[in-house]
Amino acid sequence: MAENLNVIVATDCGSTTTKAILIEKRGDEYRQTYRGEAPTTVEAPFEDVTRGVLNAFAELEELSGRKILDGEKIITPAQGNTGVDIYISTSSAGGGLQMMVAGAVKTMSAQSAQKAALGAGAIVMDVIASNDKRLPHEKIERIRDLRPDMILLSGGTDGGTVSHVVELAEFIGAANPRPRLGMTFQLPVIYAGNKEARDRVSDVLKDKTALRITDNLRPLLEMENLGPARLEIQNLFLEHVMAHAPGYKKLMSWTGVPIMPTPGAVGEMIQAIARKDNINVVGVDIGGATTDVFSVFDGIFNRTVSANFGMSYSISNVIAETGIENIIRWLPFEIDEADIRNRIKNKMIRPTTIPQLLEDLILEHAIAREALRLSFVQHKALAVGLKGVQKLKDMSESFDRVTEEETLIKMNNLDLIVGSGGVLSHAPRRSQAMMMMIDAFQPQGITMIAVDSIFMMPHLGVLSTINEKAATEVFEKDCLIYLGPCVSLTNSGKFGSHCLDCVITYSDGKRTEDSLSLGEIKVFELKEGEKAKVEISPANKFDLGEGKGKKLVKEVVGGVVGLVIDARGRPLNLDGSKGKEPMEKVLSEWNNAFDAYPTLPFYEKL
Amino acid sequence: MTHAYTPGLRLSEKLQIRKSRNLPLPGDVIVKKGDTVKSDDIVARTNLPGKVHSVNVVNRLAILPTDLRKNMLKKEGDSVVKDEPIAETSPFIKMFKSICLSPITGIIESISDITGQVLLREPPKPVQITAYVDGKVVETIEKEGVVIETSATFIQGIFGIGGETTGELQIIVNSPDDIVKPDDINETHRGKIIAGGSIIYSDAIKKAIDTGVKGIVVGGIRDKEINELLGYDLGVAITGSEDINITIIITEGFGQIGMAQKTFDMLKKREGSVASINGATQIRAGVVRPEIIIPYDDEETSGKSDKNESTADEESAGISIGDQVRIIRNPNFGVLGKVKDLPSELQTIETEAMARVLEVEFPDGQTAIVPRANIEAIEE
Repeated sequence: MAENLNVIVATDCGSTTTKAILIEKRGDEYRQTYRGEAPTTVEAPFEDVTRGVLNAFAELEELSGRKILDGEKIITPAQGNTGVDIYISTSSAGGGLQMMVAGAVKTMSAQSAQKAALGAGAIVMDVIASNDKRLPHEKIERIRDLRPDMILLSGGTDGGTVSHVVELAEFIGAANPRPRLGMTFQLPVIYAGNKEARDRVSDVLKDKTALRITDNLRPLLEMENLGPARLEIQNLFLEHVMAHAPGYKKLMSWTGVPIMPTPGAVGEMIQAIARKDNINVVGVDIGGATTDVFSVFDGIFNRTVSANFGMSYSISNVIAETGIENIIRWLPFEIDEADIRNRIKNKMIRPTTIPQLLEDLILEHAIAREALRLSFVQHKALAVGLKGVQKLKDMSESFDRVTEEETLIKMNNLDLIVGSGGVLSHAPRRSQAMMMMIDAFQPQGITMIAVDSIFMMPHLGVLSTINEKAATEVFEKDCLIYLGPCVSLTNSGKFGSHCLDCVITYSDGKRTEDSLSLGEIKVFELKEGEKAKVEISPANKFDLGEGKGKKLVKEVVGGVVGLVIDARGRPLNLDGSKGKEPMEKVLSEWNNAFDAYPTLPFYEKL
Repeated sequence: MTHAYTPGLRLSEKLQIRKSRNLPLPGDVIVKKGDTVKSDDIVARTNLPGKVHSVNVVNRLAILPTDLRKNMLKKEGDSVVKDEPIAETSPFIKMFKSICLSPITGIIESISDITGQVLLREPPKPVQITAYVDGKVVETIEKEGVVIETSATFIQGIFGIGGETTGELQIIVNSPDDIVKPDDINETHRGKIIAGGSIIYSDAIKKAIDTGVKGIVVGGIRDKEINELLGYDLGVAITGSEDINITIIITEGFGQIGMAQKTFDMLKKREGSVASINGATQIRAGVVRPEIIIPYDDEETSGKSDKNESTADEESAGISIGDQVRIIRNPNFGVLGKVKDLPSELQTIETEAMARVLEVEFPDGQTAIVPRANIEAIEE
């Protein structure tokens, strides 16, 4: 089937919008050709997701001239300008998949369970563990109050603890939790723990819940086996959660492959791209309510969702978490704190408004930096090696900070950052998106920065499960917009001290030479697809990832913004007291280096 | 004519409203279809399961889990009272006997011979649902709840905190632009819902709470006051369950913003009537906005024509040239005007973003170009 796909229609049914794209094989390559969208119709007065899908198809038909529908039936296979070969879809409507996970030890089986749930595309509402310091009745009340879509229970290596796992099962049984959708249905519970405890867990839960048993997700301390649990989650998502959401039964009958939770599909796409080029990738999707971060490092995939960091519904929570001073530090102008607070709350209660004033745009970009930064911190904390595994260490390793030691996210080895979501994809100037991502993620060494042009990663993710070639081709040609490579220091030093000299040799032989001091960032012209050789010689104490004072020589490929050389140091210091100039002026200089914002008479001070 | 779909807040002098009153768990509906109910009448009740407590009996008695059942004095389903023995050992020498007492009054829920744990459950907690609005029961859903219908003035706010409450409506300022001051609130406002004005500060809110005012409806409020009242910075707009002894609804937004004249006039007209208000707000998929419902009693309704009556479920038709709109983002935040033009092509705004816009004419004749996303229709 996968080889004979010439015309593919794909939708992503989001909370507010259903986005449809058409992918067609032209000659030897797959391209995304048309796009249509319509409001999602899961809620009253329609309460049928297929209405929105049909409306999005109608827009696609109008734009492409291809007849996709015969009444309310999708025409398959494609013949000439009629019909499509397959219809595929993802969904996050109705709040997506909301789960609770439980495990015996918080940093071991419970953490593995959390990774399995997140990897399958769920929002994890809470992690219950035998050692989480909550009293039994507190755990039981929490399980009852949260009303998740399903629970994943793990615990114990095979042949290990039975009593802790059964105790957790007893708590779940006592809470008698009800699913979020459908008052009369039993809550799906997946057991993926010690296989010796299966019968006991089954005795406790089989009458009270819709229990499924799958392979232990942590069969050995040294080994995670998340695949079977992830698959079971996605199956139950279809059978229980989707089947109870309005119109999904009909939608499921239309699609050629099972509907995937949107973040699960984005994760598939990120993994496909990492596999194809054998690179380390970080992907981020910053939405109105949540921010998802995906990473693939040395083939290991991780996903986290920061459920309350977003740019509209959750914008106020970003301030609550980071503190207003961390927002103000990104603003190149003075503004009353109370005024910012009121503006942010007004955005929260009217989430669909857009910034009309430049000042409001810069404020939103400041908040986006913090939302991305905080989400990435959370991601690094979860994307860690397996705890409980014995490791041989030398003395120097023992003195390293634990977090640095354990996270799999090594910034110096990161090849590509892909940003997605309105504030990045729709920033009026691409350079704004690039600045936001560099400031939030603080890449080190050489890292390519890109954005998803129209948020089609979910569609391509589900496509990658049936035709990886088609998905990666469209991803590279139509989905990604390469902003450019960023070359950054990996350490810091005295503000204003000379830190590097660079020579850029373009493919036409032209050379540019420059030198930068600590605290400076510069953008050099390097068009999309254009290649250049960069030779950067750091001063003695500075490091570009090759070692202190060691020269970096690499060939880089340009993007729509250009080649960025970031000599501001890592970690990025926004404490203006270290420099001679006020921070507002330094920020303005950084913005000017990127030509990030227009200069209006009123904003000349920027 | 060109249209733009921009949902706004509902504002209607007379509207047929249906309110669903549902139990959190299946229970008993105690009114029947056709009954006339008052806002504080109970319409349905149920029992919420009691709290669960766990006692690790094997640890307390120093026995093995497999011996647990042998030593239990009670079995699953048995009632117990606080401090009653639930398990004891029977050693050869009596002085070595260990006893485990019940920490609560309730029942034995489960006994586990794997974990050695005994779960006990407190008695169920009764929950009652009131009618919330004066009206008529038009539908009963067995074991789940009822639907109450009423003819009322209906005003949606933009944001609120605090849950359902009812009280007589009282306007306490002269104009929608006034600041609600502590001196405006006095003992006569006890048990009432006070309304009007552009902003209320902490001192006046405190006076209202101390006086026993049940609700406040005002144009704007500062973020600072909400933080002080809640004791934390509100991160996500999901409200309604705050325990603050008052319900506050803002009709316009955060900051000082005069209450829309139309809203003010409508509230003024219904002054003295009993209003049912709810601050519950949820701004995500399935938007919930705070509401002010002021039902008409039979005398008020009789003899009046229902010709202009609409229903709360009607779909918003979008906006057209000549419609009243409110600007909901800077610049001109909170200002009302009329739609003068709805150009179809995208235009570049100050941020350089390309957006669909409209032209708004203000009462003084001046005009402004505003992104369509930044206006709200004043719906009737």
